[in-house]
Amino acid sequence: MHASYDYFEHGADMGIVGRGGRIEEAFEQAAAAMFAIMADPGQIRPETTVAIEFEESDAELALVTWLNLLLGEARSRTLILGRFRLHRGGASPKGTFPSSGIETCGTHWSGTAEGEPWRSDLERGVEVKGATLTQLAVKQQDGIWEARCVVDV
Amino acid sequence: MDLGRLSEINPWCYALKSVAGEARAPVRLYADAELLRGMDAKVLEQIANVARLPGLVGAAMTMPDAHWGYGFPIGGVAAFDAEAGGILSAGGVGFDISCGIRCLRSNLDLPTLAPRLERLADQLFRAIPAGVGEEGKIKLSPGELDQVMRGGARWALAQGYGTESDLEYIEEQGCVAGAEPAAVSELAKRRQRGEMGTLGSGNHYLEIQVVERIYDAQAAAAYGLALGQVLVSIHCGSRGLGHQVGTDYLVTLAKAAGRLGLHLPDRELACAPIKSPEGQQYLGAMNAAINIALANRQILTHLARAAFAEVLPDAKLETLYDVSHNTCKAETHAVECKPRLLYVHRKGATRAFGPGHPALPERYRGVGQPVIIGGSMGTGSWILAGNPEEQNGAYASASHGAGRAMSRHQALRNWNGRELIHALAADGILIRTRSMRGAAEEAPGAYKDVDLVAAATEKAGLARRVALLRPKACIKG
Repeated sequence: MHASYDYFEHGADMGIVGRGGRIEEAFEQAAAAMFAIMADPGQIRPETTVAIEFEESDAELALVTWLNLLLGEARSRTLILGRFRLHRGGASPKGTFPSSGIETCGTHWSGTAEGEPWRSDLERGVEVKGATLTQLAVKQQDGIWEARCVVDV
Repeated sequence: MDLGRLSEINPWCYALKSVAGEARAPVRLYADAELLRGMDAKVLEQIANVARLPGLVGAAMTMPDAHWGYGFPIGGVAAFDAEAGGILSAGGVGFDISCGIRCLRSNLDLPTLAPRLERLADQLFRAIPAGVGEEGKIKLSPGELDQVMRGGARWALAQGYGTESDLEYIEEQGCVAGAEPAAVSELAKRRQRGEMGTLGSGNHYLEIQVVERIYDAQAAAAYGLALGQVLVSIHCGSRGLGHQVGTDYLVTLAKAAGRLGLHLPDRELACAPIKSPEGQQYLGAMNAAINIALANRQILTHLARAAFAEVLPDAKLETLYDVSHNTCKAETHAVECKPRLLYVHRKGATRAFGPGHPALPERYRGVGQPVIIGGSMGTGSWILAGNPEEQNGAYASASHGAGRAMSRHQALRNWNGRELIHALAADGILIRTRSMRGAAEEAPGAYKDVDLVAAATEKAGLARRVALLRPKACIKG
């Protein structure tokens, strides 16, 4: 399945959707959707790498944590990010994510993002303040993972 | 919004009808039928969810500019009593903690401004860091940032940003008590390192305006307003630190609510009892973020004054008022004729103290607090005055802006940023921005009619109209 991202309507802010064959891929695409609100991904050079690591047993909270850690790192280092990689692993008790009923298979998430410091010739979009819990959903249907939420701009 | 679910209390206030077996507090929507019909149905769903939260005192309310938010609707007001198990909600405050408007009155009139407007707009655009990815010149050490979180605008003043008289015209005289820097995460502090004195993006702006019409001569005189006078309004908030505090505590409070057995009809209503450790931590962190916002608007005021001085050396800019519209504040209100300490959440709603309130500066005590309703580049902004609580009925709250009427995506489909800027210039409004996308998303037509919002605010008794301001130039984030 070709990973992709899209947007959905929200009255004041913006809904983002990432899709992929694996949950991690859907999260990577959600991140791409979020940063594409701030700048054209095609113009972002992969000059710097940011590493992200966290523990989360709830798939939906893992999505907002992933997105918000990326935003936090980007903002604190004045970077714009454009390429994302995420892995999930680590020992975890057998069971399901409480919010979505998704079967757990690792609660340790580690990822990287590539980008560059903002430069003056980079066309500005609008700043994303944070990923919210509004219309937050992580689900698998017909073999495709979908990760969505509203981001506050 | 389907008005069939509402019952009319009066033409400016509606109640949500009760459904058998539904356990919730009352819901009041302040607006006329026209504004209500234009509101998203989600507003009703969200404010009904707020009415199910524990410890709510009175009704959960929306202001005339309400629209679909996250958890709470934007334009939502709800007050909670700590002694009755009341809660603090990060969603009830929002990500941009203490986002608000600082309004400055000048000694200039339009004929003086007009020949220098273009140069002034360019100078302000150079002086004010605006838009995504822009940093300020102020870089703070961790120790200095702690001082800002405790000191707010008073810290900024001590660094030479502004004048002593500014403080009197800022809510809480520029500094809220109860800030706890230790409750703010390291990531939040890192996010703020380069962001002091920055405007931000989205709907944030610095606007040069002219008083076009005066509705209440007595209040206008108290506020120092005259027809044709030039004003400056600065709309922004607590920048990266506030955004990260909102982010951090949304998840913390969502988990706390689960642990404490609080049933949340919407996860975004993430909350914890005011008296719980998590509630107290959020309160300390939120107050720290409020002080960051107050300091930020103080620094931007200083930068604006410096830019004006370059172009119009005789210009004087005095703070008319600085009011936040994303906060939770502990306030005493009369409930059934008895004073009660309440934690009033205002998510996209302005505090609107009435005449005689002790928190107001002496100059405004006779007429009530200035209430600032921000516009949207091409349309007007309003200054109103707070009413006595017997008239207000919403814990001294009022509207904060025009309120969006369509999504950002729809706006992008309807407008082209560059064309919009040319059209506004043809109407005599200069726009300076680094983001054509942002300009299109913020098109005046994407917002409700701000004049209808101001009129409904007055008719509902929330505040009374004092002056209509027209934009002449806007620095957009």
